[in-house]
Amino acid sequence: MSARPEPLLKTGFPHRHLLGTEGLSAAEITFLLDRADSYVEVNRQADKKSAVLRGRTVINLFFESSTRTRTSFELAGKRLGADVINMSVAWSSIKKGETLIDTAMTLNAMHPDVLVVRHPDSGASKLLSEKVTCAVINAGDGSHEHPTQALLDALTIRRRRGSLAGLTVAICGDVLHSRVARSNIHLLNTMGARVRVIAPPTLLPAEVERLGVESFFDMRRGLEGCDIVMMLRLQTERMQGSFVPSIREYFRFFGLDRDKLTAAKPDALIMHPGPMNRGVEIDSEVADDIDRSVIREQVEMGVAVRMACLETLSRDWHGVGQGGNGGGAQ
Amino acid sequence: MNPVPPLAKVGAKATAKASEVVAYVNARLLDPASGLDCRGALVTEGPRIAELGPEVLADGTPEGLSVVDCEGHCLAPGLVDMRVHLREPGEEHKETIQTASWAAAAGGVTTLVALPNTEPVIDDVAGVEFVARRARDVKLVKVFTYGSVTRGAEGKELTELGLLSEYGAVAFTDGLTAVADANVMRRALSYARTFDLVIAQQPQEPALAQGVMNEGQLATRLGLAGSPAAAEVIMVERDLRLVELTGGRYHAANISTQAAIARIAEAKARGLRVTCDTAPHYFTLNENAVGDYRTFAKVSPPLRSESDRRAVAEAVADGTIDSIASDHSPHDQDSKRLPFHLADFGIVGLESLLPLSLELVHKGEMALLDLLACLTFRPAEICGLTAGRLAQGCAADLVLFDLERPWRLDPDAFRSKSKNSPFDDHPVQGRVLRTIVDGRTIYQADA
Repeated sequence: MSARPEPLLKTGFPHRHLLGTEGLSAAEITFLLDRADSYVEVNRQADKKSAVLRGRTVINLFFESSTRTRTSFELAGKRLGADVINMSVAWSSIKKGETLIDTAMTLNAMHPDVLVVRHPDSGASKLLSEKVTCAVINAGDGSHEHPTQALLDALTIRRRRGSLAGLTVAICGDVLHSRVARSNIHLLNTMGARVRVIAPPTLLPAEVERLGVESFFDMRRGLEGCDIVMMLRLQTERMQGSFVPSIREYFRFFGLDRDKLTAAKPDALIMHPGPMNRGVEIDSEVADDIDRSVIREQVEMGVAVRMACLETLSRDWHGVGQGGNGGGAQ
Repeated sequence: MNPVPPLAKVGAKATAKASEVVAYVNARLLDPASGLDCRGALVTEGPRIAELGPEVLADGTPEGLSVVDCEGHCLAPGLVDMRVHLREPGEEHKETIQTASWAAAAGGVTTLVALPNTEPVIDDVAGVEFVARRARDVKLVKVFTYGSVTRGAEGKELTELGLLSEYGAVAFTDGLTAVADANVMRRALSYARTFDLVIAQQPQEPALAQGVMNEGQLATRLGLAGSPAAAEVIMVERDLRLVELTGGRYHAANISTQAAIARIAEAKARGLRVTCDTAPHYFTLNENAVGDYRTFAKVSPPLRSESDRRAVAEAVADGTIDSIASDHSPHDQDSKRLPFHLADFGIVGLESLLPLSLELVHKGEMALLDLLACLTFRPAEICGLTAGRLAQGCAADLVLFDLERPWRLDPDAFRSKSKNSPFDDHPVQGRVLRTIVDGRTIYQADA
């Protein structure tokens, strides 16, 4: 289990699954980003469809409601010529644990090539990956990881700045509950960026500094000299006196507005994984600033990144051994 | 309106002109922050201290200067009382910001911090602004306020600590009740770090502290429900663990037991950001004061055993207890003239704060400067205020007192609207002669 499998095909990505960014090497990340980059232009053409994955089956298995991520994976699969099935499972109506595995075994018997899984529980994608013979892409598991989001963020930054190395990136907001933050922290560190997290202490996970970040409670100080400002979504139910006292207080001290943004570098880019809470974590004036905000570009890069991931992971594994459980993330 | 008791002039000089210069000569100057204790003079110019020291005006006073001869009495920073129940808004029949300010002035208190347990609770910006506006109208002593930690002081949802502090709340507490839910307390301490704010708590484990007096032999004889001393130390221990977990700033209020003091001393030695206060009744009286069902001695936490009383006095003397606050808790007669278990908790304290505290000095348990530290700059520092110092450029908030004069406390003569004090006829030594805020005399005792 511990040793990484030998590169199976002549690709730069030796893993069977994509469960997280933790543990991926810089070369592997670069490989995926390069592949994704090549799809950006394809996606801008009138004819976007290719036959790379003709005959392959991708199942989007979503245990948590999602529109943008599911649509992005669906488009990515279809543009590569794969058959894409969407399965939304109303999680509340299911018993946990056993049923997840049952579902996985049932789907596995239908011989899909890739399972794209979103689940409200951390570790669910990993559990599922251990039970199926196809590739699994983690499209978000609880507060753990969301690797394709970190990859699309990285692609967006790389296309704007040329490289990730040496950049200072501030991740602001609900880091405690955020899988996007965790995936970004691992990826950015691996690629040589400096990562800061900015939040009230109630929204920072314990010993977050051990993940290789600097933490700040004061947003202006945290943003000083930053190249990239990544905002995170704050769930409404966490704003009513539990983690933070109120929306207005959160916006006053941690919402990104024109004034706080002046602390960052003058050309700092603003990012958000969406969907945004305008007036909670971000001011519309900033979110819609066409010179600074790359939020819509992130969505565009999302499709390209997911095409690269689907293509890379839906290779023919038959006859090359079944042991390769080594997704990037454990 | 409440008439000013005839015994003294309150608000004698309404205002000081911006540039008015007053010389306080022949004074014993006492500044606990710097350790200054010398004969000399102090000159105020408008609202500030212009200069002070043994050489100041040593060659006589120039013409045209208002001169106050201190006759060798003590001139110290005005007292800073970090725990006062103003009862306004909501219970104006017990006290108002006006009457509490009179009482403070007569007690030598120039800065007070109001507890948020009013009706409604001070848990929003409007409440903080209300207290500030009323204090401006009254224009006597400086009135600051705590904000509550949780909405309605119900112990569930955090208040807007950041916004409240921007509007002037100096620290946060749910007042009489401790935050019972450990997770809420953890989040409060943690969230307050964002703004480096203090969470203060009167540490009583609420499920245990349901009695009406100290648990023990006397409570058993009287047939009254007791609150054990353990109720305090259990909450202190829990809170100190949470301080360690969060790195927050914590202040334990109204400390009354030996066990809690020992825990706090340990925490301080380990470098945790912890402070604490007590009130004069916890080192002056023990539980015997409630004998014969004396409701005026019913307080929360209750008066404890003699060994606890002695431990509190020692902890004040050795500095483990950082601050002495009056815990001024006014109640009308109807709230106190009741069967013991129905009577309200609380003692009025603004006007007895200094003389009762001075007992520790007169008994030889501590030095005068150390005692004054507990009453001036230390509580000010805990609350993030610059008050409580006798130094050039500081606000001219002063108290002139006669350290030696013996007298008997007389609650009926208190300027507070309520007279609920167990110290009726209690002999004390040391009396406030004059109180000065921003350079103007707001209280002057009759000769």
